[in-house]
Amino acid sequence: MQVNNNKHRVVITGMGVVSPNGIGVGAFEQAIRKGTSGIKYLPELESFQFAARIGGVPEISDELKQHYFPKELFKSFSASILFGCIAGREAWLDAGLKMPEELSEPDWDTGAILGSGLAGADILGGTAVPMINNGNTKRLGSTMVEQCMNSGPSAYLGGLLALGNQVTTNSSACSTGTEAIVDAFERIKAGHAKRMLAGGSEGSSTYLWAGFDSMRVLNRVSNDNPESASRPMSASAAGFVPGAGAGLLMLESLESALQRKQRIYAEILGGAVNCGGQRQGGTMTAPNSKGVQRCIRSAVELSGIKPADIDAISGHLTSTMADPVEIKNWTEALGRKGKDFPYINSVKSMVGHCLGAAGAIESIATVLQLYKGFLHPSINCEDVHPEILKLISEERVVRKEMITDNLKIIAKASFGFGDVNSCLIFKKWDNT
Amino acid sequence: MAETNKTDKTSIQAKVLEVIRPYVKDETVLSSLTGQTDIIKDLKINSARFVDILLDIEDAFEIAIDDSSAAKIITVEDAINVISDKLALKNEGAK
Repeated sequence: MQVNNNKHRVVITGMGVVSPNGIGVGAFEQAIRKGTSGIKYLPELESFQFAARIGGVPEISDELKQHYFPKELFKSFSASILFGCIAGREAWLDAGLKMPEELSEPDWDTGAILGSGLAGADILGGTAVPMINNGNTKRLGSTMVEQCMNSGPSAYLGGLLALGNQVTTNSSACSTGTEAIVDAFERIKAGHAKRMLAGGSEGSSTYLWAGFDSMRVLNRVSNDNPESASRPMSASAAGFVPGAGAGLLMLESLESALQRKQRIYAEILGGAVNCGGQRQGGTMTAPNSKGVQRCIRSAVELSGIKPADIDAISGHLTSTMADPVEIKNWTEALGRKGKDFPYINSVKSMVGHCLGAAGAIESIATVLQLYKGFLHPSINCEDVHPEILKLISEERVVRKEMITDNLKIIAKASFGFGDVNSCLIFKKWDNT
Repeated sequence: MAETNKTDKTSIQAKVLEVIRPYVKDETVLSSLTGQTDIIKDLKINSARFVDILLDIEDAFEIAIDDSSAAKIITVEDAINVISDKLALKNEGAK
């Protein structure tokens, strides 16, 4: 199999995750294998008069927080920064690297692309805006800019790890996390960096979620039954459940990883991003199916594989009416349906939709599945949507954990407002 | 009168030290703190955080520090002088 013609192949050598159903890669793996939901009733949303009062929020102890922030920032810091720093530090250590000394030289060969949909929304809405509106601008202090700027998480991570290559933040709504990995992959492939931490971080914020509540796209009928609320591919899916968290993957050139003798989780064969142009049925909030299919096909072609080589799909699948449309796009893009369709599951069934972090957390699940040889259940899908059953066999929807050594290639895609798409092709590392 | 003033300044310095403490990365530098200590340079505090220290001083002593007073503060002693002036003004106002 021709992998790619470029000089630099890109592998994954470390991962870190902060997820509503598990902090840290080990806890996250156990949770997704068991189908553990991280969705809970959130009383705060009731006080803000949300119709949907459930969500997935990672619980971080004060003890853990102290590793990441100088005491001066304890008063007010954004969850997106905290989650991003925790996941980034874990990925860094998991990749066999050491925490830098206070006076050490920056690591000029390593950078980060850490995206967010709206980093700092919690601090902007909860602290800055009320103070400014009350005429207390003078009392905002020095940290408000760095806490609210969208690049806050990548900026803090860059300082924590003394990164010296590109340190930036991408933003493409719910496509953000996957797009970050595609961009970092391209940067290493082109030889501009040896290593890139890539992924997304999204805080839990009423100010971020409120607009979705008003749009009526959140599940507002399951407040009494949070764990069953996120139901991708189900006939009774009633809207998405907002989530929060972060996922970071250490992407590294193959030669650098081999030179360091570092454990390799998987290889990224290729990735693609595009936009449907909000034409041909595509809008700000709905996808142009032609754009989605082109994105998936591009990723497959750039990876040097055939659609038939794909063993499984980690879907975008948000638990809305768009799920059957997504399945249709996969069947058409790959030219595979019925029993011939790859296995498919959705991490969102357990953690909700972590927005800018979703693609990154789901990519970590994808890599874990390849590395450990299992497919996690897509929970709450007892009643597969009839439109989906017209396209693919019911057994292709993974509803119970499957242990298998036959996984070689998994595709991961994300789609976002703005009609933007991203798709990655991951391959199990078999020392070749 | 002079004696009272000295006691006041000692207690102000102790309170200022507690305000500064969270901003210092290495707390051992605080043990050698004197009136002549430069708050930014000697204590190795990120200069952007100076405004936060001013805000915390305002809260701790229940005073307002205007821009021209703030500009005078370089050393710990400068801070103590500005604080004791503001406290004196406040006490006069109270009478």
